[in-house]
Amino acid sequence: MKNIRLEIFKKASLCRNFENELYKKVQDKIIKFPVYLSAGQEFIASSIAVKMQELNISPDIFIQHRGHSTYLAFGGDIYSLIDEMLGRKSGCANGMGGSASIQCKEKNIYGHDGLMGNQVPIGVGACFASKTPTVIFVGDSAAEEDYSLSSIGWASTKKLPILFIVEDNNLSILTEKKVRRNWEMHDVATGMKVKSYDIKDDPMEIYDHLKNSFNEPILLNINTVRKFWHAGAGTDGENFDRYKEEMNFFGKEGREIDEYNNKLVLGAWKKQLEKQ
Amino acid sequence: MEKTVRETIKDITRIHLLEKKSMCFGQCLTAVGWVGGTLPELYEDDGMVEVATSDVANGGFVVGAGLKGIRPIYVVRYQGFQWYNAPIIVNYACKSKEIWDIPCPIFIRSIAMEGAIGPVAGSSHHSLFQRMPGSKIIAPMTPKEYQYSYDKFMKDDDVYYISEHRRSYDNTLELEDIIYENADFTLFPISITRFDAEKARLKLEEEGYKINIIHQLWIKPFVFKDEWKKALTGSKYGAMVLDDDYEEGAASSIAHNMMIDVCKKVYTFGLEHRTAGFHPDVDNLPPSPEAIVEKVKFIINQNS
Repeated sequence: MKNIRLEIFKKASLCRNFENELYKKVQDKIIKFPVYLSAGQEFIASSIAVKMQELNISPDIFIQHRGHSTYLAFGGDIYSLIDEMLGRKSGCANGMGGSASIQCKEKNIYGHDGLMGNQVPIGVGACFASKTPTVIFVGDSAAEEDYSLSSIGWASTKKLPILFIVEDNNLSILTEKKVRRNWEMHDVATGMKVKSYDIKDDPMEIYDHLKNSFNEPILLNINTVRKFWHAGAGTDGENFDRYKEEMNFFGKEGREIDEYNNKLVLGAWKKQLEKQ
Repeated sequence: MEKTVRETIKDITRIHLLEKKSMCFGQCLTAVGWVGGTLPELYEDDGMVEVATSDVANGGFVVGAGLKGIRPIYVVRYQGFQWYNAPIIVNYACKSKEIWDIPCPIFIRSIAMEGAIGPVAGSSHHSLFQRMPGSKIIAPMTPKEYQYSYDKFMKDDDVYYISEHRRSYDNTLELEDIIYENADFTLFPISITRFDAEKARLKLEEEGYKINIIHQLWIKPFVFKDEWKKALTGSKYGAMVLDDDYEEGAASSIAHNMMIDVCKKVYTFGLEHRTAGFHPDVDNLPPSPEAIVEKVKFIINQNS
């Protein structure tokens, strides 16, 4: 099991280092448009990506606006992502997607257009048409959209092989979940006859819940912590950091992985910026 | 017996599902009536897909199917429901090719109805799609036009908004343009107004006016053909674009483009800018032949 946890950490480490560097690039005003940093939430996509590798499944992935970690964890090219941040035609979304609308055709990652939660019905429709195993990522706020909810219902009716992943950071910008609703996503999905679980963003807990993926629709509401602001480079103070926990767990090996990914990310940025 | 628009749509749908192995999505498709008799009696195993009563999400399902390259047909039984069905189509499907190089062709059958259908459902709403990039809009009213629209769609990779009208379903006739050397006035009718514009033209001719009629199949992109420009240039008192959508939309936009190209006044005549009620006394219908005759004569008299 340690090997799996380590593999997940390696992916998460790449994601975290990418987001940390992007944070600096925003602060240095090299990036001048809104970015949606996924630091703090990277173990979700990383755990799922490792499980998909183990299952030898290349699912269709419907990403949300806070999706850099999803893109990187599932193997999206870092250079194309950097180019996208720089608004270049060589970017993964032709330089048009910015931070929120990234895609990766090679890894079956479909871009998001900014209409919150519409990746849920789009992913459901794509899965219905193709019957391809599908992973749909959605935030706890976008999941509230009426069309997200009704899509989960239709996926249940049609018994589609979909994994709904609710990245529940408890915040819509800064409005807490308890202000917005008195119900939980996993309860609603259960009511729609979708097997649903409310879990932490502990990588092994996520991994363990993916055993029966794609036999039927499954929803995981994963409680996580957003490290940075909703958009842009800033923090709302010190919060629990899963990444630190995991790095400490792996000790020296964890720090070496972190250092390796730090160098990798810095090198990638340097190379792409020198292209300018 | 000649084929009706209804039979043309039905045959196209049958071929699209059974031979091209595509899908047709919509609400209450397999109910009594089969959408005005325009659908073959097929079910989900054949690709006829009943969706839930979740208009916004349903538009998203069709976009997802479009992304997978199956060229789905999407039936929206009342054009007014597009206000709920359109958001994901116009924001994702219409933009996907430009942003991500992934085309998302969808054939949207958007059906208008005339009268007694209340504040949301009735008449055409093609103007809703007109302002967004990435969509094409056609309003076929004849069997050949409908077949042409489908054939164009199958060779293209854009979202096609097919602005249908139930009153056209029994039609078997093709509608011809009439263009004179020196006409008094020119009518550019869209959608179902084409039938009543033709009636109005005949009535005006009986009264001694020379009236051009130039039928508008394509709403977007609007291409102002040279022969139309020539006809408008020679049209003594200008022209009028007729529509069964609100005037402040496609009709005004097309009229504006015409006036930019040709220095003639181009009027518009469509739905009144008010909410339709159910009762005939408060309904909001497209211009009748009588109303068209009256408005054309008013314009001519005003400018004589």
